Amino acid sequence: MTPERERRAAELAAKYPQTQSALIPFLQFCQQQDGFVTEQAILDAAEMAGITPSEVESIATFYSLLFKEPAGKHVIQICRTLSCMLRGADELQQHARRRLGVANGETSSDGKFTYEEVECLAACDRAPCLQHNLEFHYDVTPADFDRLLETWRAQDPVTSLPAE
Amino acid sequence: MAQFERVLTRGIGELDLTDIETYKRLGGFASLGKALCQMTPAAVVGEVSASNLRGRGGAGFPTGKKWSFLPNDGRPRYLVCNCDEAEPGTFKDHMLLEFSPFQIIEGLLISAYAIGAAKIFMYIRGEFLEGYRIFKRAVEQAALQGCLGRRILGTDFSMDITLHRGAGAYICGEETAMLESLEGKRGEPRLKPPFPANAGLYDMPTVVNNVETVCCVPHIIERGAKWFASIGPEKCPGPKIISVSGHVRKPGNYEVPMGIPARELIEEYGGGLFPGRQLKAIQPGGGSSAAIFEEDLDTGIDFDSLAAKKTMLGSGGFVVMDDTTCMVRASQTLVRFFEHESCGQCTPCREGGQWVARMVTRLEAGEGSQNDLRVLNTINDTITGTNLCPLGDSIMPFLSSVLRRFPEEFAAHVRLAGCPLRATAVEAAS
Repeated sequence: MTPERERRAAELAAKYPQTQSALIPFLQFCQQQDGFVTEQAILDAAEMAGITPSEVESIATFYSLLFKEPAGKHVIQICRTLSCMLRGADELQQHARRRLGVANGETSSDGKFTYEEVECLAACDRAPCLQHNLEFHYDVTPADFDRLLETWRAQDPVTSLPAE
Repeated sequence: MAQFERVLTRGIGELDLTDIETYKRLGGFASLGKALCQMTPAAVVGEVSASNLRGRGGAGFPTGKKWSFLPNDGRPRYLVCNCDEAEPGTFKDHMLLEFSPFQIIEGLLISAYAIGAAKIFMYIRGEFLEGYRIFKRAVEQAALQGCLGRRILGTDFSMDITLHRGAGAYICGEETAMLESLEGKRGEPRLKPPFPANAGLYDMPTVVNNVETVCCVPHIIERGAKWFASIGPEKCPGPKIISVSGHVRKPGNYEVPMGIPARELIEEYGGGLFPGRQLKAIQPGGGSSAAIFEEDLDTGIDFDSLAAKKTMLGSGGFVVMDDTTCMVRASQTLVRFFEHESCGQCTPCREGGQWVARMVTRLEAGEGSQNDLRVLNTINDTITGTNLCPLGDSIMPFLSSVLRRFPEEFAAHVRLAGCPLRATAVEAAS
């Protein structure tokens, strides 16, 4: 483990009565650094929690916001559940897929954008909604999406999945 | 519309309640002071029990009763706040988190005092990163002002809140799955009993309360159980935030007296349907609930009235669908949701969810068969009621209810190899 990770692991573990409670926050921290949960992160987490790497893997793969493969610097997640569907999510998704040149779950060929259609984001009154690096955008039309995409292209975010 | 005094959502949309001074100016933390200085923990439990407050997370269990189940055996007790809101159509806790964090903090502190908790854990859905940041700042402000931490408001009562971010899993909203997740494990629901009251977080006595439930507590302390119990139906009273979405002109969170008729919610609060449209179906209690229809518009929106209609209030996600909605497509979004979110422990939920999602997806794409319809009409009995937790029991209610109501719409998808509504729309356009 790098000294930085060791420090963070100790800080997180101190928050809880039992060390393993810090496992997911620690993986979130590693993901923030690496863009996804790497094999090294799994080994580090196992060391921190005192469990086997395969146990960590079994836990990490349970959670949809822990990425098991490299993701783009921009993670775009559009809601696909009922309320958003009723208010135009299908059209928005088709538009987004076309603009990014990807299918659901893929990363664009330049490696910058990872695109996912996700389950209800609890913002159904401002549908359709999406998250960009976990930041909400509401009532998004295809034209809004184009404007947002331009802004995102001009950005170079430190991380696509902030831990905090 | 009768004027109803908003308490849970007071100031939201008008004031910046993420500023502790603003919250205090509205009387914030007075209830905490009252509880700590003038009431014993037992008196707080008694007041909440007398109010008939029922949990707002979905199950509607009496909060005071939940609190009183904790054994007196000297082990540390934990209070866990469930802010893992992810039930399709529900967005009230998301709003409370971002727009009224101090109300949550105050409610948590009074609740922790009442049950004698050693520590509070705030489990925040992973997708609510912005809400997490707002809440974290609120916790810091509260600590600086002596409303949290050591010797709160100058009393002997000390308490901390540990913030914990989820990592993407609807099932962690189920209380025992949440405890597993907080322990750093896969969020798989536990077999009950033992109940969390006896063996919860780290096997210790634990209470898990929903955000909105917790927010009711300061108001019960301030105004008294009688006030709370006087709002709405006797057996499930109080103010309730209903998340209205779908085909209404003004979707949003509306704080209403429990038991308000569905019609009033749509017409008075939701701004009515779009011009020229007819109501087709309503999902009154989130993605897990069976649909109600036009003839049910006078039904009260509360736990018991909706249970009598064989559906539920659930978490209060009220989704309106007008006559442009394809019921096969609507069902597909929901069965796919549950398929995706199943933790996989129970076979009927894991396998049943997958097969149902496949069949409904086929039907929607115009590739379904008579056999698919026959299976969908009979599969309810083998999926519902055969799982550890309510997720598996949530796959079928909406689908079964609309299948019963609109059999011809489902059959037409097989006969026409596609959606009859889409065909009509294309015809009308040409």
